[in-house]
Amino acid sequence: MSPIVNPAVNPEATTFNLERGLAAFRAEIDGPVAAFFSSCVHCGICAQSCPFYLETGDPKYTPILKLEPLRLVWESEFTLWGKIKGALGLQRKVTDAMLAEWEELIYDSCSMCGRCSMVCPVGNDIQAMVRKSREGMVAAGHAPEGLAGAAVRAVKTGSPMGLQWKTLQVQIEHVQTSSGLTVPVDQPGVDYLVMLSSMEVINFPEYLEAITKIFDHAGVTWTLSTQCFEATNAGIQIGNKDIAALLVERVVDAAVKLGVKNVISPECGHAYTAIRWEGPNLIGRRYPFRVFHIIEVLDQLRAQGRITTEGKELDRLSLHDPCNLARKSGVIQQQRNLMDLVADQFVELPEHGRFQWCCGAGGGVSSNERAEPLKLAAFKRKKAQIEAVEPERMVTMCATCRTQLEEGLEHFNMDIPVVGLTELIADHLVDKEEPA
Amino acid sequence: MTALTDPMGFLLFTKGPLFNIAIAIFALGLLARLAEILLLGRRPNFAEPRAGEWLPGLRTVVTRTLPDPGTFKRAPFNVVTGLIWHIGFLVALLLFIPHIELIKGLFGVSWPGLPNPFVDLVTAVTLVALAATLVHRLNHPVKKRLSTVEDYLVWTVTFLVVLTGYLAYNRLINPYPLALGLHILSAELFLIILPFTKLTHIFTAFIARWYNGASFGRRGVQS
Repeated sequence: MSPIVNPAVNPEATTFNLERGLAAFRAEIDGPVAAFFSSCVHCGICAQSCPFYLETGDPKYTPILKLEPLRLVWESEFTLWGKIKGALGLQRKVTDAMLAEWEELIYDSCSMCGRCSMVCPVGNDIQAMVRKSREGMVAAGHAPEGLAGAAVRAVKTGSPMGLQWKTLQVQIEHVQTSSGLTVPVDQPGVDYLVMLSSMEVINFPEYLEAITKIFDHAGVTWTLSTQCFEATNAGIQIGNKDIAALLVERVVDAAVKLGVKNVISPECGHAYTAIRWEGPNLIGRRYPFRVFHIIEVLDQLRAQGRITTEGKELDRLSLHDPCNLARKSGVIQQQRNLMDLVADQFVELPEHGRFQWCCGAGGGVSSNERAEPLKLAAFKRKKAQIEAVEPERMVTMCATCRTQLEEGLEHFNMDIPVVGLTELIADHLVDKEEPA
Repeated sequence: MTALTDPMGFLLFTKGPLFNIAIAIFALGLLARLAEILLLGRRPNFAEPRAGEWLPGLRTVVTRTLPDPGTFKRAPFNVVTGLIWHIGFLVALLLFIPHIELIKGLFGVSWPGLPNPFVDLVTAVTLVALAATLVHRLNHPVKKRLSTVEDYLVWTVTFLVVLTGYLAYNRLINPYPLALGLHILSAELFLIILPFTKLTHIFTAFIARWYNGASFGRRGVQS
């Protein structure tokens, strides 16, 4: 870790101030950022893509407006005109008060779903700039407590929820008892290192049992690592590269130590983008292994004929694409191939794939307790989509999305259970022929 | 030297010294902005790409011109007025025969134009659409919240360029040298403020779209 002490690690640290924040904003400005800010015409179309604006109707949640601190730093320090204005004392400056006001905009009302980046007429990648802005916010000491707490726990315990290996161990034993299979732990040289998310371990233990069954069925060699099982990255969510890099290194160390060829990100969209796309850049080097989301692996196994299923779900099923997996990572067709294997009546939501709508809980919104009302408001967009096709159950492949869908649907008294796609596949595996 | 108060003197001033000044500020200012963007560049990306960057980037440069169906449904007025006046402005700028003659005189290249009455009609439609965007900006909660003095300044200058062109062509300001001088002056104002306002998007939007398409394309998504 760099000598920078982070308030997330040490909340009492007083070294975090506006100056540090401005330096962090400055460090995030690159060619794309300059091109994006040079191109914004204030057309407001981005608001039409944001569930937080659309469902509250409050114009302060317009995506491009969330970037005002970053934009001011760019304008005043990276443009000729801004420097001229600065010399004349006409350039507006980023202040502590401004950042305090923007904290809600950059964290509570943005799940970094990236829909705005897909619709901006001039091509601004607004989501990427929100991610960048968070670096400045943390360094200035303006990050939400909920996320700071998660980051502290992730650094100290390895899990943003403070989950320890012994809890997972208990689950492993349950899975072994109920499935009669062995969950491999610390097995060197296998094909896949399976990572988990704490939320999954706590809320959806059925996932571990599902992959244990599927990998046994398909003859895949895999392992968990006692050294590191957490795939999510609280450093990325809050916006601190030092913490984020530290957490990525833990995964890399575990994978390298076991000598695995591939690392599997769990049913968690955030974990996947974190380890797949941001990770190598955080540590500044390529991985000696490849990274896949579990859905990609399952679809590869399907394509290779290594998954044989029987029977289909007969009720009407629809699919929620996690933003991080679909729009931000290009995993779109794979889940549909898998749905075809096990769903008799599959109906798409009106806007899906790269144009899906966020559940409202991503980007750290769900770890930020005070954002609860906004999280629920944003969910209404998803709810409307679900109401439009009236499925009997929803299927998804992200523990955060799944929790949000379950809580949201229950809040609105909608009796629509939510299932994970991996479990659904596991439920339909053809039994292996037992040797006589 | 003819006095500026004399219409012909005013026209000669706008066509001569002021034109040179405007072109110089535009060219230097724009070059500075493009350099500011391109010199910053991007950091190396160590994540294993799913696909290339160039093709998806170029595709996004083209495809962002039109919205996705959902966005169109949610913001039809914004999209339609925006498209109409942009197309109208480009038609009047690039396909009006006297403009083509001017470009030919400056750069030696030319192309066929459209009949004057047609461009006249397009210009009238553009003025109406521009007026509509202003009404929208003043009334839509998001646009109202986003708008700064710069937005209204840029709107005014853009509107003046089109309006003075329309008035000059239709001989609604007399004498004609004054009308033409006012049109040229507006165009020069447009060029002068371009590198220092959101008008830079005329050039940088293509860079922005490319970066966007490249970033998503690398991850296997056509943005």
